[in-house]
Amino acid sequence: MSDSGILTGEHFINGDEACAEGAIAAGCRFFAGYPITPATEIAERMARRLPQVQGICIQMEDEIASMAAILGASWGGTKSMTATSGPGFSLMMENIGLGMMTETPCVIVNIMRGGPSTGLPTLVGQADVMQARWGSHGDYGVIALSPSSPQEMFDLTITAFNLSEIYRLPVLVMGDELVGHMSEKVIIPAPEQIELVSRPRPDRISDTFLPFMPNDDLVPPMACAGEGFHVHVTGLTHDEQGYPVITPVVHERLVRRLVDKIRLNAPKIIQLEEIDVEDAAVVVVAYGCTSRTAREAVQRLRAEGRKVGLLRLITLWPFPEEKVRHLAQGGVKAFIVPEINYGQMVYEVERCAQGQAETILLPFMGGTIHTPEDIMTAVREVI
Amino acid sequence: MKIRHQPLIPFDQAASNRLKDEQHGLHPDDVFLKPGRIPHIWCPGCGLGVVVNTYINGLKMANLTIDQSVVVSGIGCTGRVAGYLNMDTYHTTHGRAVPFATGLALARPDLSVTVFSGDGDLFAIGGNHFIHAARRNVNLKVICVNNFNYGMTGGQAAPTTPVSAKTTTTPYGNSEASFNLPYLAHASGAVYVARWTTFHARQLVNAIAETFTINGFTFIEVIAPCPIGYGRPNKLGSGLDEMVYYKENSIVQNGADPRHVDIALKGKIIVGKFAEEKRPTFLEEYDERILNKFRRKEG
Repeated sequence: MSDSGILTGEHFINGDEACAEGAIAAGCRFFAGYPITPATEIAERMARRLPQVQGICIQMEDEIASMAAILGASWGGTKSMTATSGPGFSLMMENIGLGMMTETPCVIVNIMRGGPSTGLPTLVGQADVMQARWGSHGDYGVIALSPSSPQEMFDLTITAFNLSEIYRLPVLVMGDELVGHMSEKVIIPAPEQIELVSRPRPDRISDTFLPFMPNDDLVPPMACAGEGFHVHVTGLTHDEQGYPVITPVVHERLVRRLVDKIRLNAPKIIQLEEIDVEDAAVVVVAYGCTSRTAREAVQRLRAEGRKVGLLRLITLWPFPEEKVRHLAQGGVKAFIVPEINYGQMVYEVERCAQGQAETILLPFMGGTIHTPEDIMTAVREVI
Repeated sequence: MKIRHQPLIPFDQAASNRLKDEQHGLHPDDVFLKPGRIPHIWCPGCGLGVVVNTYINGLKMANLTIDQSVVVSGIGCTGRVAGYLNMDTYHTTHGRAVPFATGLALARPDLSVTVFSGDGDLFAIGGNHFIHAARRNVNLKVICVNNFNYGMTGGQAAPTTPVSAKTTTTPYGNSEASFNLPYLAHASGAVYVARWTTFHARQLVNAIAETFTINGFTFIEVIAPCPIGYGRPNKLGSGLDEMVYYKENSIVQNGADPRHVDIALKGKIIVGKFAEEKRPTFLEEYDERILNKFRRKEG
């Protein structure tokens, strides 16, 4: 093991374990969590691994406390993370909102299982993706990533930390039970090949420092605890000094910036994978474990000579509106959206298609996944 | 879609400076108060001003600077304390000050982290967090301002409201048993447990300063008047009347058994330092039992 604690090399590990390794490689040194299937392996791996790099792993009394603790640790200047599944994700929503309002970098991993409620604790679901977008009350911009393999659980956890540091907000890694529990080869690069980003910082201690005055990218530099800036951090609507000012004028300025720092930077944030999309008459839009099924379906349909492509959403939020709009205007006849829910991301696809292409939902309520044939049959009905 | 925004009005730096220039620096303790934040929002007769003052004097007595100190608050009248203190302060969500402070204290063990919050915040919505942080012995100085009701929302019943006391949600008198906070804190594992009222300002300063020297989870309950939310429906009079009541009805009993310090409506209030013990903190144990296994040995 190198000084950085990064386990450079080839590993055969599951997605949850790869996520924990990604966090450590990203410089995460504080984890707070609560056991929940199918995300427990992340907490277990962090409990074993973090002390090896002199980090702290604490099992809190619930997910509310876990989320609060990682915010506190982040203001202490430490990269921090928690991991959970649906019921815990619901409990975290209040403090995710606090993290959004106070612009606190941290990472929340949700290994999605079937819901609502206790639902299918050990089986796969993808029904929390709209909760990721709108789950906490009020309005704010959000970044959510969707890994489709253990390798991506590693890679995108690092990406999530970097994005959280760049844009100063809690970033959501929306894994699913299948990807979390699937074991595959994971390649962990050498430390010097892993690009890490740190939060913007104020230049120097000064009496005139405004802790919530943004830079040009709409993100304010972050003064953490004990650095001499005497910052007040509040979940109340606050002005650029950080002082509570409960007026429409200040609220408009603050919340518009929280939305715009993601909306206006979306082209820099969004990651997509496109397979055979250029000449496709039908585009399958999929993410997470479902995109693996879709990939096989597209390959087999191509072998039959059908003009079908795959648009894989690596970034769920912000949604790639421009891409879908462009495809709809460019002659795509239909979008087919397989999801392990009763229709969530499909609303975004249909909205952006603007009536210029048909949108077909292939819902599945969870516990298991679509077969390639499910998707192939749907495509064949169109072309 | 197209977006047609409302016009934005930029931050008025000049107005902010003017407020600070005119109002900040007049009082010798202003170095401890955030420039431009006074006057505060608390009602006339409220006990919170006294408590903030005793905290400031506790810092002075313990020779702690504002750069070494951090305050974390929850929501409610006491939750607003954080916003007035000139240090790094965190006004979090309702009930969650303790777990937020836990993360902060573990990430920055060199800082003195005080949790300032009310009885409703710490013991109703935040009760579970409180007992677990006490059990773990996280190095937090908890100051609970107990005014027996939810003041910010207009005087509703709290888990500390005595039996038969009237609030807006107990219009016929409270029928529920109330928490005895020192007993709860002691049983949960707090290493220092005391109770004073806002009348006992000097003892409170001493107690707060004393907790700054203790490594571990300390708990001070401060009984404070809320003449608007709690005093009026229970005919306790003004804030001053409540101070007189504290003077006449408090019994100083250091070392009192925390099991027997319940507070009844218009009853006696037992105050004092009830318990102190030595116990390794969360971080001391984690460091010795876990981190130490992986520490790179010098040489």
